[in-house]
Amino acid sequence: MSSREKILATCTANKPALVDLPQLSDEHLTHYDDKIAQFKLILEGIGGKVVALENIEQVKEEIAIHKQSGEFVVDTVFNTDDALKAQTSFDLERVDRAYLQATLGVAENGSVWLYEAQMGNRLLPFICQHLFIVLDKATLVDNMYQAYQKLQVQETGFGVFIAGPSKTADIEQSLVIGAHGARSLTVYLV
Amino acid sequence: MSNLKTLDHAAAAEIFIKDEARTDWHDDTLWFVRQKRDKAVHGIAEWEQLREWASEIKNHTLSNLDNYLIAFEKQAEANGIKIHWAADALEHNQLMHKILKDNNISRIVKSKSMLTEECHLNDYLKKQGIEVVDTDLGERIVQLRDEAPSHIVLPAIHLKKQDVSETFHEHLHTEEGNNDPQYLTEAARQHLRDHFIQSELAITGVNFAIAETGGFVVCTNEGNADMGAHTAKIHVACMGIEKIIPKTEHLGVFLRLLARSATGQPITTYSSHFQKPRSGQEMHIIIVDNGRTKQLGRADFRNSLKCIRCAACFNTCPVYRRSGGHSYHTAVAGPIGSILNPNLDMKANADLPFASTLCGSCSNVCPVKIDIHEQLWKWRQVIVEEGYVKPEKKIAMKGMAWLFSNPKVYRWAGKSGRWFLRTMPFLGNNKLNVWYKQREMPEAPKQSFHDWYQQNKNK
Repeated sequence: MSSREKILATCTANKPALVDLPQLSDEHLTHYDDKIAQFKLILEGIGGKVVALENIEQVKEEIAIHKQSGEFVVDTVFNTDDALKAQTSFDLERVDRAYLQATLGVAENGSVWLYEAQMGNRLLPFICQHLFIVLDKATLVDNMYQAYQKLQVQETGFGVFIAGPSKTADIEQSLVIGAHGARSLTVYLV
Repeated sequence: MSNLKTLDHAAAAEIFIKDEARTDWHDDTLWFVRQKRDKAVHGIAEWEQLREWASEIKNHTLSNLDNYLIAFEKQAEANGIKIHWAADALEHNQLMHKILKDNNISRIVKSKSMLTEECHLNDYLKKQGIEVVDTDLGERIVQLRDEAPSHIVLPAIHLKKQDVSETFHEHLHTEEGNNDPQYLTEAARQHLRDHFIQSELAITGVNFAIAETGGFVVCTNEGNADMGAHTAKIHVACMGIEKIIPKTEHLGVFLRLLARSATGQPITTYSSHFQKPRSGQEMHIIIVDNGRTKQLGRADFRNSLKCIRCAACFNTCPVYRRSGGHSYHTAVAGPIGSILNPNLDMKANADLPFASTLCGSCSNVCPVKIDIHEQLWKWRQVIVEEGYVKPEKKIAMKGMAWLFSNPKVYRWAGKSGRWFLRTMPFLGNNKLNVWYKQREMPEAPKQSFHDWYQQNKNK
């Protein structure tokens, strides 16, 4: 018998009688009167920055300024660049700033969801030095239950919730921002 | 692996607590994490509802585990992921070795996976001449020191920054005596970036595997799993069979519980959902049993398979906090490890269920409602019945059982004990009395409760 067959057969023999799945529902969960304020409170509490913008043109201008000053800026908010997909870790390691659009934000924990298509390259949000996310404030949901109701996780090869910059407290519980991934996260609420 | 064990928990803990200041520091540090957990939990009005759902989802999943594993395999394969099955630790390691050999791989990065620790993968590969670089900062620190993690979420929690500074000075040539965590973390960032960028194969764990979609989720704060998995041309994820959950929507419950229970964060920085390999990449999953199906068949201990490895039970445990993770001599230490490990090897881990006060704090903080302290107590009974306790303990327990079932003798013994402790305290306060170790003997009362009750019951 293969290990697969052996494991499955033992599971079948040893599992208890079938127990029902609980019915999840949103009505038991906390809803926020001001989702924007809650999102900002939580994300800033875990090391992220939240900036409310009048219009998205301000991001465009910021990108132009940093590009001009010679920084390596990757922007998939305004530009879709197919070449990005083929870039390797050797190329992307030099990225100073990455600008990406998120699908939604979660007020309860300050996270944003990104589909692979919004990253351009799976490695980008992690390997860049500084990460900037553009988020439509109308997409904010209260909690993770609502988030999964809206997302189609299986439709994409890869997706991620990001909540703040890369961090660690592995040395004597001292919080250090910038372990391996982005050293900062800024969310632009538009 | 029983042959690795040299000391039992009590003997190892005795060495740990010799350094009183360090023991106090370890205790305080973990209690600080426990307090962060409380703060995060009290901010969620529906916390008990979430725990209840999580517990019920896991109960359901275990009651249908075979079918969910089959469904997961089918979906994952349809997504282009290669599935392997390992009955035990050795087979897991052999499968990994085969993937490495077949692809002629030499540069390997690994993000934290307690399953690969359980299987002793690094040691196995080292014997084949293959080096794996651990990339979680805490894991890298203990790896450089040739130690095992002492905690499943905070692998280097037993070390002070001076220890890390010395280790990095030796291996990464950082400035001698520079103990600044920011400086040390930056040094590790640069050192590990080189490994990430050149890696050919990345090993990760699996926090949750979703039967409905064939995808899986990996949670980290550092982003090291992603740095490895999205760089390397091959990604191998190792999962225990109990990591399965039925549907994506159930992640909404578990992701809310996991980080809050572990470190008091609202969610880990990165909750990565892997569904398909990227173009040109190979993705493998090794599904591991290693005693889990056996535990599924033990009705009293089955609940332990619900564990999501948050370590809340470690941080709250008064024994763990004051004895250190290494004294448990197993990959998963603490209260949950003390339930899981006797299943793997009852003889080698017979000491672990006794490393508990049975205070119940572990069960109270468990996000999936595992009856941890009750299982510890049940293991004690099984272990005594199977004869895996030391002869002196066995004799003492038998003696106590006899004493407690003879009220007259019990009262006489109590009376003489109190008299001796009052008049000749040195008889109790000496090294021959194991109860006196690391403990002050109590002041003996003049009267027993029984005598007091007899005198007062009719008043």
